Amino acid sequence: MLLRTKLFGETHEFADVKEVLAKANEEKSGDQQAGIAARSAAERVAARLVLAEIPLGVIRQNPAVPYDEDEVTRVIDDAVNETVFGEITGWTVGDFREWLLADTTTGDMIRRVSTALTGEMVAGVTKLMSNLDLIHAAGKIRVSAHCQNTIGLPGTLASRNQPNHPTDSVDGIRATIYEGLAYGSGDRVIGINPSDDSVGSVSRLLEMTYDVIQRWQIPTQNCLLAHVTTQMEAMRRGAPVGLVFQSLAGSQKAMEAFGVSVAMMDEAYAMAQKYCWTAGPNYMYFETGQGTALSADAHYGADQLVMEARIYGMAKRWKPFQVNTVVGFIGPEYLYDSVQITRAGLEDHFMGKLTGISMGCDACYTNHAKATQNDIENLAVLLSAAGCNYFMGVPMGDDAMLSYQCTSYHDAPSLRQTLGLRPLPEFEGWMEDLGLIKDGRLTARAGDASFFLQR
Amino acid sequence: MSTTNSPDLEAVVRAVLRELGVAGTEASGGPAGPGGAATAGAPSSGDLVIDLPDPTLPEARRALGVVDPVDPEGLRNLCATTTARLGVGRAGPRPRTASLLLFQADHGVTQDAIYGEVPEDVKARFDLFTVRTRAADRAEYLLRPDLGRLLSDEARATVAERCVHGPDVQICVGDGLSAAAIENNLADIYPVIVQGLRSAGLSIGTPFFIENCRVGVMNDVNRVVDAKLVLLLIGERPGLGIADAMSAYMGFHPEPGKTDAERDLICMITTHGGTNPLEAGAFVVDLVRKTLQHGASGVRLRELTATTS
Ligand code: B12
Repeated sequence: MLLRTKLFGETHEFADVKEVLAKANEEKSGDQQAGIAARSAAERVAARLVLAEIPLGVIRQNPAVPYDEDEVTRVIDDAVNETVFGEITGWTVGDFREWLLADTTTGDMIRRVSTALTGEMVAGVTKLMSNLDLIHAAGKIRVSAHCQNTIGLPGTLASRNQPNHPTDSVDGIRATIYEGLAYGSGDRVIGINPSDDSVGSVSRLLEMTYDVIQRWQIPTQNCLLAHVTTQMEAMRRGAPVGLVFQSLAGSQKAMEAFGVSVAMMDEAYAMAQKYCWTAGPNYMYFETGQGTALSADAHYGADQLVMEARIYGMAKRWKPFQVNTVVGFIGPEYLYDSVQITRAGLEDHFMGKLTGISMGCDACYTNHAKATQNDIENLAVLLSAAGCNYFMGVPMGDDAMLSYQCTSYHDAPSLRQTLGLRPLPEFEGWMEDLGLIKDGRLTARAGDASFFLQR
Repeated sequence: MSTTNSPDLEAVVRAVLRELGVAGTEASGGPAGPGGAATAGAPSSGDLVIDLPDPTLPEARRALGVVDPVDPEGLRNLCATTTARLGVGRAGPRPRTASLLLFQADHGVTQDAIYGEVPEDVKARFDLFTVRTRAADRAEYLLRPDLGRLLSDEARATVAERCVHGPDVQICVGDGLSAAAIENNLADIYPVIVQGLRSAGLSIGTPFFIENCRVGVMNDVNRVVDAKLVLLLIGERPGLGIADAMSAYMGFHPEPGKTDAERDLICMITTHGGTNPLEAGAFVVDLVRKTLQHGASGVRLRELTATTS
């Protein structure tokens, strides 16, 4: 295989597809940490020139980790629809970009092509897209899913009510849920990251959230983002689970570092269908984020965008209700500053949708990254324009346990009211009945947690 | 709720009343709108004096921002259950001015926590000597977690020379992402752990401190000390509300190649709204005993204990 181009009179040659993909990536501190990033802006563009000419079929033949060695590669490749793939195998990555952006290409046409894509193809085209390309193309694709309510309908923007507490106090978390509900946060899930991963504590919080949902007849689902094995044990013991959660990573080895495997997730998915109290048919919630494979030394020389796209390809297997990147969550070693976080947020959202999953974003940053609240508010606006299914809601954006900042309880209503979006329809109806929202705007009663002390 | 009032004016009024010692005024009724009752304390033009109390003091942080809550007392009680920023109220769908500015102030100071160093006397108290990882300085530490998981050559030699080989439990302390976590909590948690492990009849290795340290360093440490279990007390990344939380990570017989799937932890150890270090020390001892009893940690330990309970 010869992969080379001239640029400004200089020749740039690349050893293999993996190197082209890595060097074509937008600048990321994680790729630099891994020693695989382009060494100059010229080399980056040279890699893109070459990438634009590679046929999708060749990308499929060169996965980041060989088929025989890695179950993530196998899950993705085995799921490819060969008929559709036959139609696109000869497209170059450059052709693919223009096809996605063409006015004649509809969301339905893209959804059909999604059935034939692998993570490497998805990541490949993403590297050729500018930020506005990513927003425009993602805006065409809608992926909807149903559990107790319906996520992803055009014109809606949902919010996870994320009421974390440093010691998992039941009262503290309940109070925080009330605060969020009073702003219209919680339509996509009431989802708690536990600080104590024991079955007992996790079950207690499942009971409490279920009780709040029943008492107020809220059309939503609950979820405890403990390790999946903890949730499975809680289900076995009869705890009320609405959605089953797990963090996923892009190679078998990286999955192992998270203490999970495809077989384990198959089992969790089967248990969700058997034990969840919710209506389904979509029962799963996954989180992802660029850099996790490298962190587990399980990236196989591939860049973090490729490893991220592979997660989406795998996640599709379990028909998730919702998947979100937690972009900016780990720190500056993977995404250095607000420029990189913004870019990664747009990339991940687009890639998830192109893969065909219900996609949201935890737009966030840590205190050791060079970013501020303004930066993620910007990202939330950009992603809303791109038709992002949901964001997080946290009191003033300051998570009391995960020690990072993300979007506030205020932000979902602000984005909705600014951009003419609505909560999920069932949830909006519920808010209207309680008098918390009218014509898509918060009423005078909204924003007061003590409202929920009335029942 | 009225959103047409002037919240900054209200903040001034609130501040003045607080200084006069009038309690509870901030939640009562709220401002009546422009030109309403809220302007009562406004200074006359010409001799503007702005002299504000510190908004980061505990009582100022507890001020309710919700105008006309259904149940003011109930709302106060809800807010008291958590360190999360509840009861802040809103200006239209946006946060109010006071809570927005308080957030910005907190963000400013939290960033400093990353660059703190653990003072020598904190380590000396428990005879901890200091070794370093391969991360040369703080800047490199932040961008190269892989280097923070490996001891420097010098550190390896020092540990080999000074540490007992093959103990039941090797205790290490590391700065991680918050030196304040170690500075504020080590003195409380450390004696509880040592005493607990001793009364359990476990042998404890020679403890030491690791600068620029990541969780994964326990694998490299154990190449040298060969303990049954390594316990690492490390600073978590600082949050806005809590910037001094410590975690206790542990693994059964760590060695190169072992991952987080084979580790356990107890997190959010702090006196500022987390698990008290004295109490946490007892949890740590408990988890150490369980780990050694089952000869496994992480997901494997969870599997073993799920089927036996
Ligand atoms: C950052 C973080 C992550 C990152 C870590 C990646 C990275 N390279 O840094 C990611 C997103 C990958 C992650 C994943 C998970 N996490 Co986490 N994580 C955190 C967080 C917010 C901060 C940790 C920190 O400050 N570390 C200090 C620095 C100095 O350490 P470090 O060496 O740079 O990073 C290492 C640790 O952070 C460690 N780590 C992170 N999470 C976990 C979880 C477990 C069980 C273990 C053993 C290690 C571990 O992995 C890093 C690489 O070795 C804490 C919250 C907190 N208050 O501590 C939760 C926290 C530690 N995570 C938790 C959980 C449950 C998980 C998951 C199991 C969730 C899931 N269902 O998949 C997964 C998988 C963990 C695994 N086995 O690998 C719980 C643990 C509860 C408990 N008492 O056991 C915590 C306390 C809170 C939470 N609910 O998220 N996490």
